[in-house]
Amino acid sequence: MQFDSINAFFAMGGYGFYVWLSYGVTALMIALLVIMSCYSHKKTKQQIAQRYRRENKLREAAKQQAQEQSPIDLSEENHEPTP
Amino acid sequence: MWKWLHPYAKPETTYHLTGKFIPWFAILSVILMSIGIVWALLFSPADYQQGDSFRIFYIHVPSATLSMGIYVGMAIAALCSIVWQLRLADASAAAMAPIGAVFTFISLVTGAAWGKPMWGTWWIWDARLTSQLILLFLFLGVIALHNAFEDKVMAGKAAGILTLVGVINIPIIKYSVEWWNTLHQGATVSKMGKPSMTLEMLWPFIFSYMGFIFLIVTITCIRFRTEILARNGMRQWVREIAIKEGS
Repeated sequence: MQFDSINAFFAMGGYGFYVWLSYGVTALMIALLVIMSCYSHKKTKQQIAQRYRRENKLREAAKQQAQEQSPIDLSEENHEPTP
Repeated sequence: MWKWLHPYAKPETTYHLTGKFIPWFAILSVILMSIGIVWALLFSPADYQQGDSFRIFYIHVPSATLSMGIYVGMAIAALCSIVWQLRLADASAAAMAPIGAVFTFISLVTGAAWGKPMWGTWWIWDARLTSQLILLFLFLGVIALHNAFEDKVMAGKAAGILTLVGVINIPIIKYSVEWWNTLHQGATVSKMGKPSMTLEMLWPFIFSYMGFIFLIVTITCIRFRTEILARNGMRQWVREIAIKEGS
């Protein structure tokens, strides 16, 4: 152990501000990077799942619409094209 | 001869393989870094000239050298992506850019905080400092290009070309302290032959350095997997993962 007391440890021989600034910024930046990386991983999964569900819903809707309409009055109605 | 390598070029295999490695890399990184940092702050001796400000060394040097290491890794990936059109190489290059930017930033801030008490100034347009600042701008440029195009292949190409052009900066950073008469000191650890450091300082440095390496590998794996998912969003296996884990 290089320091006699906790105060001496924080003072860092007079360089406390610079040492703790360095270690503080480093810890903060690394923490931010890790959190952002994990968050964007989660977010990407959510977005893909969302898009997949939306596509499924549209496909289901299109199928249902096709079943409800009989082939005869298909020409009568001006139905929009399904996306 | 290289047939056994083929399955690893499949995004799905790579995704699951890196997923298995992440916890181990993360644990190793936490252990090594804790040992290194506690040793550096509490037990390593103060420098006979610089006193306790020397303790900044244990995070400044790893972040600075590894920021260059990340750049070289990114450049190799960019080269593979441009020459052989490897989509995974492109994904890994995109994954590494933000990590490199963060570690370059850390090296600049810790360097400034070390420079103020030792040199009397936070910043000086010294060759080493300036070239390291250019490295930060290169990383930021690569990130911007990756996000500038909707089409990931095009974005990867543009970012890859910038990455390869920027490689010229790496030897400039490395040899800046030898080519120019600068304020920044020369190499301490990687000197040819014996490092000019006492073992009491070298050991915590090695632990800290290895901890940084595994930390970078861990974050690279996490971001790499995100890139794989984002680039294969229309594949069935990605959608299955997304539905299972993303909702």
